[in-house]
Order: sequence, then structure tokens, then C-alpha cells
Amino acid sequence: MKKLMTGDEAVARGAYEAGVRFASAYPGTPSTEILENMALHKDVTAEWAPNEKTAMESAIGAAIAGARSMVSMKHVGMNVAADPMFTWAYMGVNAGNMIVTADEPGMYSSQNEQDNRNYAKAAKLAMFEPADSQECIDMVKAGFDLSEEYDTPFILRMTTRVCHSKSIVEISERDEKPLKDWEPNPGKYVCLPAISRVLRVKLEERLAKLAEYSETSPFNRAEYHDGSKTGVIASGVCYYYGREVFGDDASYLKLGFTYPLPENLIKEFCSKMDEVYILEENDPYIEEFVKQCGVSCTIHGKDMFPPYGEMTPDVIRASAGMESLPTIEFDRSKLINRAPALCAGCPHRGLFYRLGKRKDIMISGDIGCYTLAAGKPYNAMNSTVCMGASISIGHGAQKVFNMGDSGRKVVTVLGDSTFFHTGVNSLMNTVYNGSNTVNIILDNRITGMTGHQDNPGTGFNAQGDPTTMIDMETLVRALGIKHVKVVNPNNLDEVDAALDEFLALDEPSVIITRWPCVLKKFSQADLDEFDDLFATKDRVDPDKCIGCRKCLTVGCPAMNYKADEKKVVILKTQCVGCDVCAQVCPVGAIEKEA
Amino acid sequence: MTKSILLVGVGGQGTILASKILTTGLMEAGYDVKMSEIHGMSQRGGSVSSQVRYGDQVDSPVIEKGAADIIVAFEQMEALRSLDYLKESGTLVVNTEKIDSMSVIVGDQKYPDDVLEEIGRHVEEKAVDATKIAAELGNPKAANVVLLGTIIKAMGLDQIDWDQILEDNIKPKFVELNKKALRAGMEAVA
Repeated sequence: MKKLMTGDEAVARGAYEAGVRFASAYPGTPSTEILENMALHKDVTAEWAPNEKTAMESAIGAAIAGARSMVSMKHVGMNVAADPMFTWAYMGVNAGNMIVTADEPGMYSSQNEQDNRNYAKAAKLAMFEPADSQECIDMVKAGFDLSEEYDTPFILRMTTRVCHSKSIVEISERDEKPLKDWEPNPGKYVCLPAISRVLRVKLEERLAKLAEYSETSPFNRAEYHDGSKTGVIASGVCYYYGREVFGDDASYLKLGFTYPLPENLIKEFCSKMDEVYILEENDPYIEEFVKQCGVSCTIHGKDMFPPYGEMTPDVIRASAGMESLPTIEFDRSKLINRAPALCAGCPHRGLFYRLGKRKDIMISGDIGCYTLAAGKPYNAMNSTVCMGASISIGHGAQKVFNMGDSGRKVVTVLGDSTFFHTGVNSLMNTVYNGSNTVNIILDNRITGMTGHQDNPGTGFNAQGDPTTMIDMETLVRALGIKHVKVVNPNNLDEVDAALDEFLALDEPSVIITRWPCVLKKFSQADLDEFDDLFATKDRVDPDKCIGCRKCLTVGCPAMNYKADEKKVVILKTQCVGCDVCAQVCPVGAIEKEA
Repeated sequence: MTKSILLVGVGGQGTILASKILTTGLMEAGYDVKMSEIHGMSQRGGSVSSQVRYGDQVDSPVIEKGAADIIVAFEQMEALRSLDYLKESGTLVVNTEKIDSMSVIVGDQKYPDDVLEEIGRHVEEKAVDATKIAAELGNPKAANVVLLGTIIKAMGLDQIDWDQILEDNIKPKFVELNKKALRAGMEAVA
């Protein structure tokens, strides 16, 4: 049957058809939908792990125990998961195992654009790079067979455009793979130095066999066009970008199995060309290998194409000195910015509105919707690095501020899911090493930014079944935090009182701001806990409004200033009655709709 | 010959559903189809776009500047922002709705009054008040399907059984409204 699927949907489909029984992931754009689609199959165990390392280890355990397994993550997640991954490469599998990395050339929703193909080389893991959704299915299925035949986990390296582009696929039935037997095998699975030294040698032997596979893999293929002396070597979606620009005027070496790379195939292709364009996003991963092969044709790589961003057809044309398509020029001064903003009713608004007004503090931020507080109108974030870093960066900074006499305090902010991810161990560090930071956990009862995935604090698992809800307050107290307050972030006085009290302390403290994400599908527990959950609307009384626009400084998309009337209006279609604006109005002009 | 359709708007306007229905119809009509969207951060009230390409065999899933056969903008400012993606001979349909961005709300920037005039200096755009048309049919949220109708008419895709595709992809209670919205959109650019 033919279907239109995104690459993410196709990866999940391929894994399902390949008989995968266990899947784990931590959500991260552009990889999130892989696990979401896997979770729809009731004959698969699909889990959200608290972080990528835990997800990787769970998938390793499942493969050792005898089930085909997969773990998926965004590119930066692989940094978190790298520790088990590098040793897992030594061990080899029992049932097949796939590690999916979704890289982000162009950084649409990420803090960096690292090229995770380098991980395959560094960890010595087989790697596939699909170019479209059909290849996602084909490579996943072939990859699991290869994984078991060559006794190796494999990496599937996706990029945003492969993850989030739809193309037509042919789907087929699931191949029910029976569970493999498990037997103790310390020589394979207990990586003590004496054992690892043996496995290390075997790893090289395996790589030599995989290099042979690479030469004849159906995913590495040359396409020669008559008389063409111009070649293109490309992997992933760059193959299609190349085809878009060069069409049948060039010959192509399309690489889909990219670690180990096929040396002979590359030499043969290059021997027939005068010049070769290497189209790859980010690092010169293929280019460096091609140059090592000692080919004699002219190679155009990163000397011509940028090492950052996407290698879209327009970038290829401009970089290669080809004529760009004619475009309409217009008056760009008429454009207004449309950056993303906190939603109307976002429970982060009240906190950041007040926090941004504090002087003499450093605000150490984290990864989530709340990172938007770094911009106007809040200006309430001074650093953002990676998941869970807010608390530990804040700790180090506080220690240094305490060396001087500025009296500067550090406030750290991170979301509930980010806290469970790696914030917990950061907070342990703060307690153990004794700094006096104020740590704020924005508990909106869901993983928001990536599109509402459950986490250990929501009470539901990835497949929608009820599960134990981790009590954040108890957890924080168990770590040794003595000063804990749970506040409603929509109540500005409550926010201020908690900040005043805790900023004055010489010990570490935690404020939990607790109110659900406005876009969340509320559980019965949410409805029971939170009164009038977004069930009301606010309005501006035009007779009272003095047009001072102070309410606009809360940065709510539901508010509009009517310049001709010098009044603010609240858009009924957007307002959900959080009342933050009403608490800011100096003349009490904002009231509940009757 | 590959055709390129660019849908642009503001997060929450329904560009994704419109492009889903469009691509499903194109696939069932036998075309090769690719569609590209960027998810994630952009959805929080930011600019969004769906890029749809179809033909006998489609290579790149993304549309480059100067290559769109048609741009359908769900919002005026987004029409202007995307203008350099339009082919010189391409069609531009603009929903006349204006949505203030955060920089306008907080007073950093002013939404210009002459966006349509600026567009008109460069192309003969087709302005459609899709939100009003949809509201008159019973629900302003069907504006996205009104705009889908304009694409179908402008690209000559009327022969595809869109009623069936709407029935397959939309909740039953909204099907009749959306069928009307689709036809209203087709008539708006006829």
C-alpha cells in the first residue's frame, strides 16, 4: 500500500516491519515523532526515558535480552548517550539494535549543529544515511538484518529535512521476529579491561567486513549519465539537492551506507570524472575520506560549499558560481519580525515578567519553551547551554560571585522534563558542594516544546497508560534541599514573595512554579488539582483603560493596542483568563468576562 | 515538470492541515509528491511554511527562491516575506488577514498599512478575505480550506475528487462546511 509519510513516520514504520519490540527515546526536535509513531503499536513496548543515556541503555538491555530494539534522539542527545554507545559498539548485539540520530543542519530548533556522522567513525559503528522516506523504511529493515549478521549496533543518521519531509512509501506487513534466547556471556557483555582488549581486536575485524559490505551495498550506487565528466558524491537529502541542480548533466555516486565508506567504489567513480562535487551538510566527512583515497580528479568540497547550514539547491548554485533563479526584489524595510513567543496563557509568563525586573542577579537558563524568555519583553535569561545545565552552571557561577563582594545571586530556571532529564544530578551537586542558588523548576506538567510528551512527572507513559507520578517536591527534599515552595506562577505576588524570601538565603532553595501548559490535553488529575483551568476570559473595560500600555509589557499575544482609540483590547479567540495582565494594570481596567 | 506550491502563514492558522489534504490528493491522482515543513520552535506564534512539490518525479523536497509556481499566504505580512520565493510568472494568493507579531504588540515595530500595496508593486496578487468567507459559511477556522480551494483552482487540479479526500481526512461533522469552503475558495480566484 502506498502512503505519504515523513521520514520520522517511515523510520517507525520500518522498525515495526522489521519486528522491533522495544523502543526508547527522549523527545527532541526533529526526532520526536519516531517514538510517538512507534508508541501507536500496541505490540511494541515504546517508552519515553528521562534522558538519552537511559534510553540508550534500555535499548541495549532489550537487544542483549533478545528483542530487536531501537533508540532515537536528536543530535545533541547523542552526546548524552555517548558513554554507553561507545562500549556497546565493542560488545555487539544479540538481537539487532538501531541508534537513530536526527541532526539539525541550519539549527531550526537546536543550540548547535554538530555532525553526528563523526560519532559513527569515533565509536566504530555501521551507519546508514537515508535520503527520503522510502529509504528510511528500506535502510531500517536492511540495517536490522545487517546488525545481526555482522554483530553490530548501527546508526541511522537523519537530518531535519529527512525527518520532516513527506514522500511516498510502500508499506508492508510486520515480520514477527521471535525473541532470541539469552544466555550469560561474560566474554561478550562484561566489559572488564581484559575482555575489552579482546573485543577491541574483534571490532577491527568486524569493521573490515563492514568495509567489504559497503563496496557492494545496494545503498551505495553509481549513476552514470552518458558523456558526463562532472560527478556528484552525496549522502542523505543532499543527493536530491544535487539532482535538482545538476539533473542528468552530472553522474552521481549516491552514498547511503556511510560508515565504513566504500573506498574502491569511490576510486572507480572518481577515475571516470574530471571534477567531482561533494555535497554534504556540515563537516567534510566524505570529502576527507575521498581525499585520503588519492583520487586524481578535481574535488570541490568545503573550499566551495559552506560547512554550516543546509545544502539546499540555492546554496549549491550560489557556492558553485552557477546562475541563481531570478527573484522578485521588494522593500524589506516593510517586514516585521515574527519570532516565536510564549503562548497566551503560558504559565511561564508570570514568572519571567517578575524575574526579568530583578536587579543584581544572574539567570542561568535551560532548554525548553522558556528559553524564549531570553528575548523581549522579559530579557530574563543570561545563559543557555544544554539540557539540565541551568542548575550546575548556576552553581559554578554562584561560587565565583561569592568570592567577590558583589552580593550577586544566581537564579536557575528549567522545566519539569528538563529537571528529570539531567537537572536532578545538577541539583545534587549544588547541595553536595554547598552553593546558595535559587533554583526554579517550571512544572507545567508536560514536555512542552517538543509537542506534549509525557514524562516521569505527568502520571502517564508514552503509550498513554497510567503510571507512578514522581513527586517533584519529595524528590527535591530527598536531595537535601531544605527550602522548597510550590507557587502558582500566574499569581505575581506569590512569585515575588517566594523570590524575596529565597534570594535572601545562604542555602540552596527550590521554587516549583506549578501550572499546566495551556496547550496540554488535561488529565483528570489536572482538572481536579487546578481550579478553573483556562475556563475564563479577561476583558478590558474601555472606560477605565487609560492607554498606558503597561499590560502589553507582559508580552501576551492575546493583547492588541488600538492606536486610534488609545485603548488595549484582548482578543477573545486567544485569551484563556490567566489574569497576569490584570495584575499589571495600574487602574484595574482588566476584569473577568461576565 | 515539477510544480512547486508554497503555503505560508502564522503558527496555528492551519497550513499543515491544508498541505496534508493537498498532498494526499496529489498522491491519489498519481503524482510523485514531496512536502517539507519545519516543526518545533517555529510553531509558537512564529512564521510557518509548508513546501509542496509534485510531478512525474520530484527531487528536492524544498522550494528554492524564485521557484514557486504559486504562493498562498494565510496572512499579509507572510506574503510579503515570501515574495522572493515566487517565480516571475508565478501566482500569489493573499488572505487579507493581518496578525500582529510580538514585536508589534510590545511596541517595537509598527505593522505597515501598505503591505498589499508593496506586494502590488511587484506582482498582480489575488487578495481573498478567506477568514470572512469561512465565517459566512459558519466557522472562520475553515479559512485554511478556502485557501486550499484557491490553490486547486489556480493550479488546475479540479479533476481530483477533493470531496472524497476531505471525507477521508476531516472529522465527519466538519466535512460539509469544508466542502463548501473549498468550493468558495475555488470561486474566489475563478
